[in-house]
Amino acid sequence: MEKFSGKIWVLGDDIDTDIIIPTEYLALKTVKDMAPYAFSPLRPELAAQIQEGDIIVAGKNFGCGSSREQAPEIIKTLGIKCVIAKSFARIFFRNSINNGLLLIENDKLRDVVNEGDEITVTINESIEHNGSQYPITSLPQNLVDIINAGGLVKAMRKLNGLD
Amino acid sequence: MGMTIAEKIIAAAAGAESVKPGDIHTVELDRLMSNDGTTHLTIDMYHQLKNPHIADVNKLVWIVDHNVPCDSVKTAASHKKMRDFAKENGIKFYEGAGVCHQVMIENHVTSGELIFGADSHTCAYGALGAFGTGVGCTDYLYAMVTGHSWLLVPETLKFNLTGKLKEGVYARDLILSIIGMIGANGANYMAMEFSGEGLKTLNMSDRIAICNLCVEAGAKTALMEVDEITLDYLKAHGREPKYSFKSDEDAHFAKVYDIDLSTIKPIVAKPHFVDSVVDAKECVGTHIDEAFLGSCNNGRLEDLRVGAELIKGRKVHPLVRFLVVPASAEVYKQALSEGLIDTFMEAGAIVMNPNCSVCWGSCQGVIGENEVLISTGTRNFKGRAGHKDSFVYLASAATVTASAIKGEIATADMLE
Repeated sequence: MEKFSGKIWVLGDDIDTDIIIPTEYLALKTVKDMAPYAFSPLRPELAAQIQEGDIIVAGKNFGCGSSREQAPEIIKTLGIKCVIAKSFARIFFRNSINNGLLLIENDKLRDVVNEGDEITVTINESIEHNGSQYPITSLPQNLVDIINAGGLVKAMRKLNGLD
Repeated sequence: MGMTIAEKIIAAAAGAESVKPGDIHTVELDRLMSNDGTTHLTIDMYHQLKNPHIADVNKLVWIVDHNVPCDSVKTAASHKKMRDFAKENGIKFYEGAGVCHQVMIENHVTSGELIFGADSHTCAYGALGAFGTGVGCTDYLYAMVTGHSWLLVPETLKFNLTGKLKEGVYARDLILSIIGMIGANGANYMAMEFSGEGLKTLNMSDRIAICNLCVEAGAKTALMEVDEITLDYLKAHGREPKYSFKSDEDAHFAKVYDIDLSTIKPIVAKPHFVDSVVDAKECVGTHIDEAFLGSCNNGRLEDLRVGAELIKGRKVHPLVRFLVVPASAEVYKQALSEGLIDTFMEAGAIVMNPNCSVCWGSCQGVIGENEVLISTGTRNFKGRAGHKDSFVYLASAATVTASAIKGEIATADMLE
């Protein structure tokens, strides 16, 4: 099973899509241009601090609000390897898989971690933090394939031999 | 085991005899709505496909409503992309006709349909007994190219309504009360179904306002039983129902809530969460800078009548900007013929063309640092209406109008 470790950023409950990317920046040309403003209503400095391979750990209802697909795309562009939350809003959940962003539901981890901690995720098995293991549910292989390809459109292009 | 309305619509769209919560089905979509929020992204992805084509162009409706008229060179470019593609491919296209959900309900949606909209408030179509659900632009693209998609059959929460709303209390107060009760993710992944004797006291505008806001409780869709009011609305708009579903007596509901409409009071949702609801009286006296009467939630004729009646012979407070934005061109024309627009303008309101306006924090009426907006819009998230350090309170058309007159949050019964 695929395994990776990363430093975590900790966020609260109900992180909505307007926090992830405020409306005023949606007119920018690319998600790369938008990424520096991610989470800016809540933590303006956060986007610049996130490094490739970092992990977000959040509370309940992560991604609630709009269907704007730029939200998961930007989190991925920042280099976030996966988001672990107590629960995800459903439109955001589908959008994340379609854009190749791995989401993991776990209702215990958020309450025991501190920002900057390092955790290890073994896909479809568990999360390890400070010697404790937190079991996670597994995603079906077809969804894992879409995530690994970088999203649904990229997976289709790969399947059709375009990339 | 019987089925709920949501289960019956999915079963019909999947060609299955019966379905149950947790099953995943491939479903045929009846309609696919997309607006200028993300259609340009859908088009970009479409061109990346090996054999791009549209399964059934007659199912597609594209509506420019988020930035109308265009507010910048950047959005002009994305509108042009959408407009040109629609023309080239023969896609039904609206621009300036109103907020997408109002335009869809006035012109396209019918009972029993399964509809994807690339906008979270697509659940509004439940007012007509249609299963509308919000999707992102990749899911939209998939459905546009294949004509189908996959859906997890949701559990259903049932809201059994009894009694009647008191005078001065509106559908907005009811749905905010419900969201406050079950929480911002209280219906996550679920369908919210409304039925009962109380439903018969709610007109189509009320029903749209209720279903529209269900996504703020996380719901996948909202559904109302088809009755005389639904059928009359469809008939008046020249449409027939596809199916008129009701839940079976022995259908399974995750939970049933009994709500006596007469117990509902005027409600305000405080910044920055829709479920942060309080009795409107608790917010009385809160300073405001702007008031907004409009949106797919409360920009219909019935809402404008409520506002106009309160403001007739009164003035907007000199320190408040009061934006009035009819939800569609149809609503605007009717409001003009009833003299409502004159009333608002005589009172000093700023009447705008139909569009999403400040409800989505772009195009019009954006608020600045530390400013406060009271709104009939859909959301009050941090920064939703402009500056990250600004504040949005959500309330009914009556509370918003009374506040615009008073210059601070006020309920309609406080007007002298």
